[in-house]
Amino acid sequence: MDIFDKYAGIEQRHRALLSIGGDPFAVRVDRIISATEAMIGGRRTILVGTNNYLGLTFDPACIEAGREVLATDGTGTTGSRVANGTYGRHTDLEAAFARFFDRQKAIVFTTGYQANLATICGLAGPDDVILADADSHASIWDGCKLSPAETVVFRHNDPDHLDKRLTRLADKGQCKLVVVEGLYSMLGDTAPIKEFVEVKKKHGAFLLVDEAHSFGVFGDKGRGVAEAQGVEADVDFVVGTFSKSLGGSGGFAVSDHPKFDLLRLASRPYMFTASPSPATMATVSEALRQIEARPELRTRIWANAEQLHTGLRDLGFTLLAPLSPVIAIRMPDEATAVMAWNRLIEAGVYVNLALPGGTPGGVCLLRCSVSAAHEPAQIATVLGCFAELASELDRLKGQNAA
Amino acid sequence: MTENVLNEIMALMQRYNPDGKPLDAGTELGADLNIDSVAAMDLIMEIEDKFDIDIPMNQVAELRTIGDLVALAEGQLPKG
Repeated sequence: MDIFDKYAGIEQRHRALLSIGGDPFAVRVDRIISATEAMIGGRRTILVGTNNYLGLTFDPACIEAGREVLATDGTGTTGSRVANGTYGRHTDLEAAFARFFDRQKAIVFTTGYQANLATICGLAGPDDVILADADSHASIWDGCKLSPAETVVFRHNDPDHLDKRLTRLADKGQCKLVVVEGLYSMLGDTAPIKEFVEVKKKHGAFLLVDEAHSFGVFGDKGRGVAEAQGVEADVDFVVGTFSKSLGGSGGFAVSDHPKFDLLRLASRPYMFTASPSPATMATVSEALRQIEARPELRTRIWANAEQLHTGLRDLGFTLLAPLSPVIAIRMPDEATAVMAWNRLIEAGVYVNLALPGGTPGGVCLLRCSVSAAHEPAQIATVLGCFAELASELDRLKGQNAA
Repeated sequence: MTENVLNEIMALMQRYNPDGKPLDAGTELGADLNIDSVAAMDLIMEIEDKFDIDIPMNQVAELRTIGDLVALAEGQLPKG
């Protein structure tokens, strides 16, 4: 027996997918041109699937900040903060996040994935219960797995179901940690955080909101969906990432809990990994300043989202959530979804392909994420390609029906 | 394995069995019914609501067959 035999099913499914065209899960970006364009397969391609919500990856001030610190502080920290020490830039950035969220405490992490891992498994101990939304991101599930706590699942965006679960757990003496996301990354739907807050207060639970995809986009200040719904004060822990709106690589968590810093001594994904690099600290601090100073970035991303959302809807596509910068288009089946993805990449449009296993409810979908850096003309070009795709799908449907 | 729990779970399983395959305790959720991890979570939630129990995710990893599912549910039911 071979050690890879257990992946025979995955291998077979992947091979079937490759028989239709290119590999949607191993796209080679030959050269990145801007926040919205890249050379892919020798073709100039518009990027509509990179979660670069505010387009800050090519912001001149962020680049300059990173360049300067790369020269003064070197390329990396070569170790964890526990072993190698904390750079002033780490604590400065943590202070900047605390200020941005108007919170007492902030911790930065090396990736967004680790931010969820570290916060969840650090907070929930052996006698606690985690209650996670059924559509949670892999990093939340992995945080639950890493935690010795029991994990119980409630139906997606269903505060009544959470209430029922918490009622059932009422006589158990543990702390309860409820975990939801602000904006769900696959379908682009948002959580009813206000209703979740009512439930968590009723049962004395703690609430963690992952604002990875909503940070910088939702709320007057860009703090996320909890801000947009006016319930930040009742959210105990907010987790987020550097790798979307902030255009870097890393993550953060903020809280008003006076003992939040204990995670630094108890949470393995914080303790046993190299700290974020100095240049990352520099670009992310500058990006945070840009988000504060340029609310027009949010105006632009919402205008762009509306242009794409309305255009796709008018073409007759089934969209799986109300307007947001994440636009998920339902495809009838896996083969059609893969074919459609290939048509778009061949036409110079990069979107995400998402298939069951990675999607809720077994849906196959094409996923677009809009950027503030998109020009309306680029979105019009993208819509033109989708129009051609729509006619091809109609033709195929006609053939199948005949 | 009590008949009652097995029967209730068999009834819930029908929605996950569009091809109408014959089901028994040995039916494999993944190999026979093509239930992936996301669908498995839905199924677990249905069982939890049906019997008014909690099945922690930590116990779901080892799940392979309908019989495992029944044993898991029985383990969480109040004794007596």
